[in-house]
Amino acid sequence: MEKLILRRVDRSGEEMILNFGPQHPSTHGVINFIVETDGEVLKKAVPDVGYLHRSLEKIGEIVGYPGFMPFTDRVDYVAAMFANEGYAVAVERLLKLEVPPRAQWLRAVSCELTRIASHLISVGTMAMDIGAFTPMLHGVRERETINDLIEALCGSRLTYNYHRIGGVAFDMPEEWRDKVLRFLDHFDTFLQEFDRLISFNEIYIRRLANVAVITGEQAIDYGLVGPNLRASGVDWDLRRDMPYGAYPSFKFGVPVGKGFFGVSGDCFDRYYVRILEMAESSKIVRQALESMPDGETMAKVPRNIKPEPGEAISRIESARGEMAYYVVSDGTNKAYRVRVRAGSFTAMGIIEDISPGLMVADLVALIASLDVVAPEIDR
Amino acid sequence: MTTDQIHERLKARFGDDVGPLSEAKIDPFAVVKRERIVEVCRFLKSEPGLELDFLEDLTAIDWPKRNVIEIVYHLASYKQRHLIVLKVETDRASPSLDSVESVWKTANWFEREVYDLFGVLFAGHPDLRRILLPDDWVGHPLRKDYQEAGGWHGITNVRENPLVELKRLDDKARAEAQPRPAAEKPPEPPAPGGQA
Repeated sequence: MEKLILRRVDRSGEEMILNFGPQHPSTHGVINFIVETDGEVLKKAVPDVGYLHRSLEKIGEIVGYPGFMPFTDRVDYVAAMFANEGYAVAVERLLKLEVPPRAQWLRAVSCELTRIASHLISVGTMAMDIGAFTPMLHGVRERETINDLIEALCGSRLTYNYHRIGGVAFDMPEEWRDKVLRFLDHFDTFLQEFDRLISFNEIYIRRLANVAVITGEQAIDYGLVGPNLRASGVDWDLRRDMPYGAYPSFKFGVPVGKGFFGVSGDCFDRYYVRILEMAESSKIVRQALESMPDGETMAKVPRNIKPEPGEAISRIESARGEMAYYVVSDGTNKAYRVRVRAGSFTAMGIIEDISPGLMVADLVALIASLDVVAPEIDR
Repeated sequence: MTTDQIHERLKARFGDDVGPLSEAKIDPFAVVKRERIVEVCRFLKSEPGLELDFLEDLTAIDWPKRNVIEIVYHLASYKQRHLIVLKVETDRASPSLDSVESVWKTANWFEREVYDLFGVLFAGHPDLRRILLPDDWVGHPLRKDYQEAGGWHGITNVRENPLVELKRLDDKARAEAQPRPAAEKPPEPPAPGGQA
């Protein structure tokens, strides 16, 4: 295949077409970019995705409703809790099930902890891609504690399979609440430490501010969601604007990109919105643990799940923005169609049109700031 | 605005080309005539009061029994905070309809995905190629009658059930361990302590 060969386009000039990926550390997974450069300046970067395509939507039609839950973990392995919740909510809407309050609160706690863990990876790897190695280690160190906490909750560290149709798999163990609160006390000071370590570093700011600006209109037009959308100045968060589960009971802020050091929608905004969001998630976890209701953690779910024919969509604010599961039932015990709409897929779609004129090193910053996860693109 | 009100405005503008809102089986939808989908989408995006600026999802469903492929549009508005679901039906034998890429840029990749996995052709799409599967893949996997080809460039995509393979190995080991005929039996070892 011609596109896989590195070649000079013009013998006298500096133009070349080269492959950036699929095994490049800054592509965050197995993604290939076919990059046309003129010296250091990009003419175009065309993403070539699909290396991790596992046909999860087809698997959803083959296995039964509860059987698909472990597969949803593989949609987004950095923040698997959201993928669990999205699917559970969609099937619950089909079944018209009411989830017990305690299960909803536990979902909120586990999801917000996962959001912190996912954002830590995001900001850590972003600093590493720019050239600062230490913040990555600090981020992963804190993530370890969250992994331990979630392991105590559900037994897994990466692919949780914790949320189930109708509730959650386990109640929280004894003294877990105190452990989480101790971690959050430490974590709030850690965020300030992280800001001193990297966020307000002069070199870091100059590498990111005013780079690869995405305006609010562009962000909506290209279907960006979550932190990427909010960084461009669009004040929208599903947890606040179309609340689901336990979220109406919590008070939290929605950070929006204001151009902290450059203009709204640049790489630094996309980075810093995530830092601010971690602080808000910490607030939500505290409130949820304080107001945790007693009761069951699982609704009465029929053993053989057979929803009425119909279709339902669930919208979840995942760490990478809106995640939607569109499930169609034909009245049997297997879904007729399962569709996963994930934030990374649309985020990749904007790169081709934003990239012309960027430096090669800025492309790395752009990919890192969009926080894409390869299996969520390819599913 | 509720979905009913959006649907009423659509009906007032396009008449019978927009079908009735489906019975509310959780999420209702309206079926739009295939030829007018781009007009309808442009109207929904630009009309003051509707402003559905966010194409949340674009996907398809295969219905071999009815011989149609449905294209599903989930639309939302950030300004007005309302939603609507539209569907377009297209013939299964030669599915094709107009692209809405000119209305929402995000449709570019969504339509490529639907083309890749369902084989629906979008007229007017600037770059309609496969996106998830290799360019020379045969068939469209999310169709209900899709048959796996068994491999791609010598890489197999079917595998024997590991349990079958284990049973085969088991049987082989058992056959080898069968007791030999009595004549070839080695002589009994002498009783311990006899020659001390």
